[in-house]
Amino acid sequence: MSAILELDRVGKTFTADGHHVVALEDVSLAFERGECHAIVGESGSGKTTLANLVLGLIPPTAGAIRFNGVPLPGERSREQRRSIQLVQQNPLSALNPRRSVGASVRLPLDVHGIGTSASRAGRVAALLEEVGLDGDYARRSPRGLSGGQRQRIAIARALACEPELIVLDEPTSALDVLVQARVLQLLHRLRVARGLTYLFITHDLAVVRAIASRVSVFQKGRLVETGPVEAIFSDPKTAYTRQLIGAVPVVTDEEARLRDAIRGGAVPMDAT
Amino acid sequence: MLAPSAEPVLTIRDLRLGFGTRRHQTEVLHGISLHVRAGEKVALVGESGSGKSVTARLAMGLLQESPRTHAIGSIRFDGIEAISGGREIARRRGNRVAMIFQDPTSALNPTFRIRGQFRDVLRSGDRSIRDDEADRRAEAALAEVSIPDPKRALDSYAFQLSGGMNQRVMIAMALANRPALLMADEPGTALDVTVQAQTLGLMHELTERRGTAVLLISHNLGVVREFADRVYVIYRGRMVEHGTTAQLFRDPRHPYTRALLAAIPKISGGGLPDLPERSPDFDQPMVVHEGCGEPAERRS
Amino acid sequence: MSEPGSPVVARRGGSRAVAAFVGNPLSVLGLAIVVVIVLLAVFADFVTPFPDHVGPIGDFAAMSAPPASPYMLGTDAMGRDLFTRIVYGYRLSLIMAVVVLAIATPVGVIVGLVAGYKGGWTDYILMRITDVFLAVPPLVLAMAIMGFLEPTLMNGMLAITAMWWPWYARLVYNVTRAEAQEGYVLAAETVGASTLHILFREILPNCWPSILTKMTLDVGFVILMASSLSFLGLGVQPPTPDLGSMVAEGAKYMPDGWWLSLWPALAILLVVLGFNLVGDGLREAFEAEN
Repeated sequence: MSAILELDRVGKTFTADGHHVVALEDVSLAFERGECHAIVGESGSGKTTLANLVLGLIPPTAGAIRFNGVPLPGERSREQRRSIQLVQQNPLSALNPRRSVGASVRLPLDVHGIGTSASRAGRVAALLEEVGLDGDYARRSPRGLSGGQRQRIAIARALACEPELIVLDEPTSALDVLVQARVLQLLHRLRVARGLTYLFITHDLAVVRAIASRVSVFQKGRLVETGPVEAIFSDPKTAYTRQLIGAVPVVTDEEARLRDAIRGGAVPMDAT
Repeated sequence: MLAPSAEPVLTIRDLRLGFGTRRHQTEVLHGISLHVRAGEKVALVGESGSGKSVTARLAMGLLQESPRTHAIGSIRFDGIEAISGGREIARRRGNRVAMIFQDPTSALNPTFRIRGQFRDVLRSGDRSIRDDEADRRAEAALAEVSIPDPKRALDSYAFQLSGGMNQRVMIAMALANRPALLMADEPGTALDVTVQAQTLGLMHELTERRGTAVLLISHNLGVVREFADRVYVIYRGRMVEHGTTAQLFRDPRHPYTRALLAAIPKISGGGLPDLPERSPDFDQPMVVHEGCGEPAERRS
Repeated sequence: MSEPGSPVVARRGGSRAVAAFVGNPLSVLGLAIVVVIVLLAVFADFVTPFPDHVGPIGDFAAMSAPPASPYMLGTDAMGRDLFTRIVYGYRLSLIMAVVVLAIATPVGVIVGLVAGYKGGWTDYILMRITDVFLAVPPLVLAMAIMGFLEPTLMNGMLAITAMWWPWYARLVYNVTRAEAQEGYVLAAETVGASTLHILFREILPNCWPSILTKMTLDVGFVILMASSLSFLGLGVQPPTPDLGSMVAEGAKYMPDGWWLSLWPALAILLVVLGFNLVGDGLREAFEAEN
């Protein structure tokens, strides 16, 4: 087994004022090293809870999370935190408006003592260039930068930790279509070049098709379907997955045919 | 459907809009034209900062009051000139022209029950309407948008209903006075995909049945393809392409439209093409498809 | 307008704030008042005509003299030049304001940051203590403290400081609660940054606009409060020149000796006004920055 991350019967119940809300129930799932694994679901599906559990921001109420075969404790070591990083949905709030771009990207280097303090400025510039920005951006304030530029900087900050796994929480849903395409390409390139594993949270099945190799569908805190992306789109096993694909607004006749076939339950031969 | 020679419900001609003080103005609309005929579903599609939302707001007469906006050109709605806003257009709001917003829950007032807000809407169409008559019509309108228990919905506050329910309430309110034109600014974008699909379907069906004209403002080409008869593509304050939905999606001609369509991930796969975020090609002149020009200027 | 791609962008926020401040005539007027008063106070020994009138003894030949040369604002009952005493009164008031704010601000800021970020029991305990202080009317609290202690300059400042920090705790608490929800705080947490880093390097810089605005406004209010205390005889004691005690002392000679309390009262008004105008200007400038 080369699973980098394993969820073993993981559950999370929130309790407030004597009320119990089950956010995630009995989820067992393995994430293979080097893969882009998409987590799909609507609001209330538990996909955000899953991300928070994996990041160690909240502890599970049931089951275990193993990283490289080792169970992750409730209070994680600095090293364990470093290996799992996050890129958030909203690029406007993800960067501190009162710190320079360089300071934001440099923070992980300082925290984890990566490189010498003299070499870090060069490292920041190299990271910015790796995400397609000029090294001069380090001196800038995030104010006045576009959503796409900010998201690239957030990605550079995550990379600065030299993580093995990155949780991407709807990383392109706030971006324009043309910018989204560029950022998705960048993410794909980085994954291949650095051997990264992605846990890609999204509500957009077309994005899943474009970037992921595996997909798990969540509904109301439960894992309803998981499998290779090709298989899910050619032969969705559950009514909910069919419903999700059937609701995607499409732009080409080819997509419309595929979608209508999935809505109807039968998939045409040329669908994949 | 009315004869094509009839004056459109909404005609925007050479609309320019500047923001800022008299000395430092930034022009955000550089002379755009569009029209919507009675019963027609027209989409204005563009990305953030393209000027699509300010166009809708100007047409509703919602931006003209601000001292920092300077609009020139012409906006004819319902036979009146609305470029400088004013009482004439304000009186038609909610009555002859209605609007649906992106986030239904925040568009409804959280401190009043739906019932009171619905009565206000109906009263803007008919000042003399009695409470029981208004409630009867509100219930009928809510039933029409498939709200299972209209009486209970009327007694609720917006925050007690789901996003999808609120969107339906908004649609029911918007169409309650049978407006000639419905402006829908990114409807349902804040909702889940399945709920969004349902509300769009509902909106399509109701406006179709009543012959209400719709101007749909959206960044989502998929939604536009599903909903609209005719499409304008706007890019950085300029119209770049205009055609019927079939023309535009089967045969996109402007480099910007082509790039947009290519950049959208497809459920049929095919990966992501290598496209620039910006290109000088995107500033090429507007493409108008066959049979889709602006109507000839009318003397009034 | 600069192009989005130009390097000017980094400083655009700051320069926009400066432009907004300078563009408002009231802010500039306030700044001018503040600068003049501060310069007078700093160089009091050189700009006042009768520096020795700071003490108990003045010109016995001109006691309670109405405004006339050489005493342009008149003299008090001891024959001391009012202008001289007002300038030295400013010096004392400004020193008090600086000391009070220099202690109250850091205390309040730390309480607000920790309570706002940590939440839970820490939040509950810290903010309830803060609320207790806020619930008592400030002047009553200061008077109570002064009732226990000797009415000296030090104790006066102590009393005012004790009632001032909770306002900063409240202010910073509210800003911190909002900022803690921002993505950059979550980002700092996930990269493993320490709580100290998050509080002082990430959140605090975003509190500065509110803190600076409030501090500027508060210089005026601390002076007003100190003057109120000494007006009631609970603050600075004679013969130290203090604006509040001068008003109180002069009130005994109303209405004939109108100048004795009018000038010090106007002096208080002017300094409070000046700092208020600057504070309002700062608030607008910081808003323009975003």
